[in-house]
Amino acid sequence: MKAFAKLLFITLSVTLLFGCASPKPKDGAAVEDRSGAGTGADTSGAQGGGISGDPFNDPSSPLYKQKRTVYFALDSSEVSSDDRPTVSAHGKYLASNAGQRVTLEGHADERGSREYNLALGESRANAVRQLLLAEGAAANQIQTLSYGEEKPAEDGHDEDAWQYNRRVEFVYGSAQQ
Amino acid sequence: MFMNSIRGIFRDKKQKCNFSFSLFPGHVKDRERAVYSYTARMSLIRGVLIGIASLLLPLGSATAAPLTINIEKGIEGAQPIAIVPFGSEGAPAPQDIASIVASDLQRSGRFAPLAERDLLARPHRAVEVNFADWRALGTDNLVVGNVRPIGPGQYEVQFELFDVFKGSQLTGYRFTSGAQELRTVAHQISDIIYETLTGQPGAFNTRIAYVTAAGSKRGRTFSLQVADSDGYNPQTILTSKQPILSPAWSPDGTRLAYLSFENNRQQIFVQDIASGRRDLVASYPGLNGAPAFAPDGRRLAMTLSKDGNPEIYVLNLASKALTRLTTNPAIDTEPNWSPDGSSLVFTSDRGGRPQLYRMAASGGNAQRMTFEGDYNAKGVFSPDGDMLAMIQGQGNTYRIAVQDLKSGEVRIVSDRSLDESPSFAPNGSMILYATNEGSQGELAAISVDGRVRQSLVLQEGDVREAVWSPFGQKLTVNSIFNQTNLNQP
Repeated sequence: MKAFAKLLFITLSVTLLFGCASPKPKDGAAVEDRSGAGTGADTSGAQGGGISGDPFNDPSSPLYKQKRTVYFALDSSEVSSDDRPTVSAHGKYLASNAGQRVTLEGHADERGSREYNLALGESRANAVRQLLLAEGAAANQIQTLSYGEEKPAEDGHDEDAWQYNRRVEFVYGSAQQ
Repeated sequence: MFMNSIRGIFRDKKQKCNFSFSLFPGHVKDRERAVYSYTARMSLIRGVLIGIASLLLPLGSATAAPLTINIEKGIEGAQPIAIVPFGSEGAPAPQDIASIVASDLQRSGRFAPLAERDLLARPHRAVEVNFADWRALGTDNLVVGNVRPIGPGQYEVQFELFDVFKGSQLTGYRFTSGAQELRTVAHQISDIIYETLTGQPGAFNTRIAYVTAAGSKRGRTFSLQVADSDGYNPQTILTSKQPILSPAWSPDGTRLAYLSFENNRQQIFVQDIASGRRDLVASYPGLNGAPAFAPDGRRLAMTLSKDGNPEIYVLNLASKALTRLTTNPAIDTEPNWSPDGSSLVFTSDRGGRPQLYRMAASGGNAQRMTFEGDYNAKGVFSPDGDMLAMIQGQGNTYRIAVQDLKSGEVRIVSDRSLDESPSFAPNGSMILYATNEGSQGELAAISVDGRVRQSLVLQEGDVREAVWSPFGQKLTVNSIFNQTNLNQP
């Protein structure tokens, strides 16, 4: 049983990683993602697949149909009230799955200096981290990593792209086990 | 872990080359009758990625695509100068010295070399010069020279610079160089001409380090490159599938500090350019970035967030002692040393938005430096310490600004909307920065007076985060011979 659980965990981790590596569609789906309606772009596609135990597809999981990206205003690290339920759901999931690990990847839009944007991305990741801890997640379940403006979700050079680039992504299973 | 094996491992091939040069013997005043010799250890990095890395990293070859430099703005009021193609004996020289010198001087914006087709004569030596010809062309100065093979792959290069109106020789040198170093010799000649005519040191015999990114956002390859300041001879320092940021030169130009994500975390390395050997100097939890060598080359300022939020620290590279300089709950980052090493400027949002602050190198109270614009970041001192260049943001427009530290006057010197990463040439004449043309990231260089603008473009992919090296290794010029009235009018 233990071996099975481990296998399941690895499978889950791998699928989740694949899910995050797939690009987010540029238009419609990303907008849905922000509205919080439906599954959102981040949770559709490769990692879905109806694998039992996928917390994003398991109706009994706090992460069921949850987003795994939250967005920020310009030069701000404040989690919006719209995104708080998402962060809260991730916190509850971590609290009830002590073996699960998450890396919070912080990002910024391309404006301004690269190093300041690294700091800003970290502030965003830390803001999310605090909320996860408040939901009962343990500190050792959470890592933060800021990429600043280096890994944009969208390539454009205007607010249409920037709004999707100022973000924190939840990447499960990539922290040290 | 697997990623650990995807480090760029480089083998260098050190080339020992000897420059010797003498003042033209016939023209040397007695007290200057001396032969100066100089040995420069030129390093030609032939980085060869080996092992697994070469299979995984497409940019494994050390020789990368060169930057193309386009002059976009200039050269009104530039000084006319005639640079005659150098004479050659035997087989043509592998480099066209005169054309390298002409494009160097033209890029500076202070000189307007005559087009080759407008040259009336092709003298190679003083005795062949008829100054009346050159006066008729209205050119102030004339450069002639000669390249002579003196052995297998060895050349003797000589040049002379004349004041056409006085009919006098201003300076002249003779160099011995291997074929590989002829471009370096040409840049040295440009430096000597520039300094003789403007009174300021030239910055042609210098290099630039920059980061390139190629491929789609799903599979981007990042590369740290070093090229000559005219874009030639690009060499790969590091290639990675993960971002590389913030290259910073050591004051002697032999090492680069940079931030690499190659191990899926932020780490600062210091790499010896010639050998490719490198040291991991910071790998703490959280931010490890914004490295900046102190003017003494022995300490490295950096940003770490290991104690909770981004703060500025100074690492003694020999003792590994780490000193924390800032204690503020806001973001403090992007330290840059004043040239005298007494203070640091840095970016902080302690007042709300990012602005530049200055503190003593020992830490303590910081004074706000910037009050114009919504956003000021990435401050860098000019080499003389009199100016500060920065990114200034106003609304959605981010441009390079220069602040005169004596008068406080601020001028915007760039003209697009996503300009960043300013870096001064070591002689303070130009500022190199990163910008966007369409969707492609490119570099631009602008003269501090705004008269000249160049773009530095890669054929494919983005180029960003360029930093100008300190002055290159130089032929030690201990005296300049000066023979006046060579050819009286």
